[in-house]
Amino acid sequence: VSPILGIWASQNYVRVTNSFESIATVTVGSGGAANVEFTSIPSTYTHLQVRILARSTRTTSETDYMNVTLNSDTGANYSYHYLQGDGSSAAAGASASINQAYSSYIGSDGASNSNIFGVNILDLLDYANTNKNTTFRFLGGMDNNGTGGKVALMSDAWYNTNAVTSIKFAPSTGSFKQYSSFALYGIKGA
Amino acid sequence: MTATYEAIATTTTASNATTVTFSSIPATYTDLVLICAYGTSSAGSNAPYIEYNSNAYTGNLYSSTRLRGNGTAASSSRRTNDPFYITDGIIPSGSVNETLSVIQIMNYSNTTTFKSTLLRNNQAGSGTETLAALWRKTEAISTITLKNLSTYYFIDGSTFTLFGIKAE
Repeated sequence: VSPILGIWASQNYVRVTNSFESIATVTVGSGGAANVEFTSIPSTYTHLQVRILARSTRTTSETDYMNVTLNSDTGANYSYHYLQGDGSSAAAGASASINQAYSSYIGSDGASNSNIFGVNILDLLDYANTNKNTTFRFLGGMDNNGTGGKVALMSDAWYNTNAVTSIKFAPSTGSFKQYSSFALYGIKGA
Repeated sequence: MTATYEAIATTTTASNATTVTFSSIPATYTDLVLICAYGTSSAGSNAPYIEYNSNAYTGNLYSSTRLRGNGTAASSSRRTNDPFYITDGIIPSGSVNETLSVIQIMNYSNTTTFKSTLLRNNQAGSGTETLAALWRKTEAISTITLKNLSTYYFIDGSTFTLFGIKAE
């Protein structure tokens, strides 16, 4: 029997699931944006996910990262751990009692081409549970086809038992560039 | 609010398939998620790789930055102007052990930015890794092909499922 050299996926199988819903989306316009914030997030879901394509005006590095605050809390109520790779070595770090959480890496104006954006996926788990603090994580990175690309796993915590009703993202330096996109989704439990 | 996470297509390999292709991907979603549970006849650095869009491949349009843990140490590596390998050195020889790869193809249908991909791999016998990859084209992605090098092939029964996520 001759081996089949290629398999074409079935295109006629579409199954709609009912537990992953789009809540809101923000796409940055031509003037840029100092920050992006989702407010009045309903507590009717079990988990939240934010899927991000972003680039900032920072010019001192190929990458940037985002400061993240929940419910407008800028007190020293956050901590993080990270594991990252820069293409040549791996590194880990942590910080506690800080005034905001941090994302993984996004793109910046220091990148080699203006069309390069970084991407992040934020999972914010059990965000409406008022019996415990909130833990969230980022998987993200930006590749620059050479020096400067980074990928990182980020774990964040917010030491507050309130339900999360707003999430604010701001680049560490400057503002978000046009075409940066933030899509908030809610995931329902059974 | 409507459901926004949909299965677009799925395939299970047979007869030593060397490639898997998802074609005619509609541009109606925001992101794509490709979940791969597979074994390959290849080993080491001879890992499967991804091409976006048919007949559009030249290796120098791809690059990637990788973070890996192999049970002993964490490390990072980079490929520039080089194919986008799904795994890169963590596949054991002649593996029938399943490798799990979750490939997040972000904003695949916009025509204004290069295309960025995030990938997570789990290979229980060899390690775990994550990767940020770049395809330096602004065109929408309508075809995804997973290819083995040389005469290597996917172990029969490998599964690949493509999902679409739609932002509103």
